[in-house]
Amino acid sequence: MSTFIDKQTRLVIQGITGRDGSFHAKQMIEYGTQVVAGVTPGKGGQKFENAVPVFNTVADAVAATNANASVIYVPAAVAASAIFEAADAGIGLIVCITEGIPVLDMTRVLPFVHERGARLIGPNCPGLISPGKSKVGIIPGNICKAGRIGVVSRSGTLTYEIIHQLSTQGLGQSTCVGIGGDPLIGTNFIDCLAAFQADAETDAIVMIGEIGGTDEQQAAEFAQREVRKPIVGFIAGQTAPPGRRMGHAGAIISGSSGTAAEKMAAFAKAGIAVMKRPADVVPLLKEKLC
Amino acid sequence: MNLHEYQARDILRRHGIPVPPGEVATTAGEARAIAERFGGKVVVKAQVHAGGRGKAGGVKLAKTAAEAEAHAKAILGMTIKGLTVQRVLVAPSAEIASESYVGIIVDRASQRPVLMVSPAGGIDIEEVAAKTPEQIHRLAVDPRYGLLAHQALMLGFALYNDVKQARAAADIMQKLYGAVYAVGASLAEINPLVTTPDGAVQALDAKIAIDDNELERRPDIAALRDESAEAPAEVAAREAGLTFIKLEGSVGCCVNGAGLAMATMDLVKYYGGEPANFLDIGGSSNPQKVVAALRIITSDPQVKVILFNIFGGITRGDDVANGIVQATREFALKVPMVIRLTGTNEQLGVEILRKAGLSALTDMDEAVKRAVAVLKGTAA
Repeated sequence: MSTFIDKQTRLVIQGITGRDGSFHAKQMIEYGTQVVAGVTPGKGGQKFENAVPVFNTVADAVAATNANASVIYVPAAVAASAIFEAADAGIGLIVCITEGIPVLDMTRVLPFVHERGARLIGPNCPGLISPGKSKVGIIPGNICKAGRIGVVSRSGTLTYEIIHQLSTQGLGQSTCVGIGGDPLIGTNFIDCLAAFQADAETDAIVMIGEIGGTDEQQAAEFAQREVRKPIVGFIAGQTAPPGRRMGHAGAIISGSSGTAAEKMAAFAKAGIAVMKRPADVVPLLKEKLC
Repeated sequence: MNLHEYQARDILRRHGIPVPPGEVATTAGEARAIAERFGGKVVVKAQVHAGGRGKAGGVKLAKTAAEAEAHAKAILGMTIKGLTVQRVLVAPSAEIASESYVGIIVDRASQRPVLMVSPAGGIDIEEVAAKTPEQIHRLAVDPRYGLLAHQALMLGFALYNDVKQARAAADIMQKLYGAVYAVGASLAEINPLVTTPDGAVQALDAKIAIDDNELERRPDIAALRDESAEAPAEVAAREAGLTFIKLEGSVGCCVNGAGLAMATMDLVKYYGGEPANFLDIGGSSNPQKVVAALRIITSDPQVKVILFNIFGGITRGDDVANGIVQATREFALKVPMVIRLTGTNEQLGVEILRKAGLSALTDMDEAVKRAVAVLKGTAA
């Protein structure tokens, strides 16, 4: 088994006829993901690429196709609503790629998703991939390689960089999860560490954090208590000035809290091997796995 | 986006929170006229996006309108933490019996709006949190129900023993909570919340930060942006759809993705250089964005070498390469450039660069090392 997604994942794409949605729908289908439906209000009854049925609502898509996961590519202004809709339709795994959802909207979305028993990944994330099995989101499939390393990250392209280092040096991945760069997200580091600990196909974990918040610090404490697999960690933003939002809405040092130094110290204290630079990932993993 | 004190006070007033009078002046003469209307005894406060205005000499008491004019003259144009003061708030100097703190932030750990109140007001709340954490009362609000009356009253009693004042504070808290959702604030603070000698509770100073993600749907709030309070390069970058933050170093960085951009800056430092900026060209690749990025980076005279770090995903290598080549045709690059290009359409990109006499590396570590070596004049 892999983490969160596998060959049984039946995916509905919200925003399948849009610019980003259609591009990535093709990529996911090509990768082998079971894309069973698309949703664009007003385009119900059409077929995407002459193959994937399009519905007006997620509820219609679920009723007709038994979709159990959704990925969201709609614009920020309607993305919160798209998450509500997916959760209301009984979707169990909701992956929101969209960047720019107001954080106050997320304060209402998250309890709703939680009450309906759904898992939200993101928003503002690249999604996830279990190499060779399924891909939900935008992580380029060609840089990944099937294997036994679990990767969890708050970033997009930095994750690709790390995956690239792993794949080209012979370490494949069980699942790579981009949890998103926003301050309020549905799935955090602890959720992913717990999933990787429970996954029989994962031997070691790479955690890629960044400045802002305390998610990494809490995850480090959790790892020390609960995770028996080796972990290697990286924190981006050692040179970031305080009080400035570094691209990601969540990447901001508030006052003296959320610095890279504080997070790296928490990692080290919990026995997580701390990378000084992305190129350290493979040597550190090999050290830990020996 | 941070609002000025006077803008935050306006928002509070519109939401029914008692705020003492005050007006904004951009010249010393205006400040004098306002002070005259208020009877001469006023406080003149610099309006800049920086804490510690008082310590920097940006807040002065005046006994007469003439004195207010003199203070305004001194404060307007002064620099506080690198920001030039363009406006002052002139308000009647109030007699204060007590100072407290009321703030609302969106708390990342509980994923809820959290109300924080403290009877120790008028000073930096982080200082209170560090020295006397027992003086801070916190309440995570369930956003489905909002701040309930009894919760607000409980916090009101944490500030005041007098029931009238506790009720007045509770009312202010509920209105502040409403204002947060109404304007899309990520932070709203009243510091200090004061009591006057006759027992009234008022918001003397206010600070509001707006979540940038709210601005598109709130044009009225977006219009409050004060571009004169920002670095010109950052304004230009925003208009071009880029995220740019100026730093003090000499390695100009141009990267796709925020996390990779931060990691690139860190690696520059690791190899002994200092980054000149954070710059994320974003996910979608558009040669024009690359041109704009290069224009912004090269406008900084401190930049001695330019470092591209592109890991193509949605961003295509050929688009970035085309942007770089186009930029070199539009304006002269006076500093050397080190380019790392890999991922989607890497071969196409490298070929475009080669035809223009440029070369690219594929490894991030190598590229950063090279850029620092070029900077130090030790490149092979």
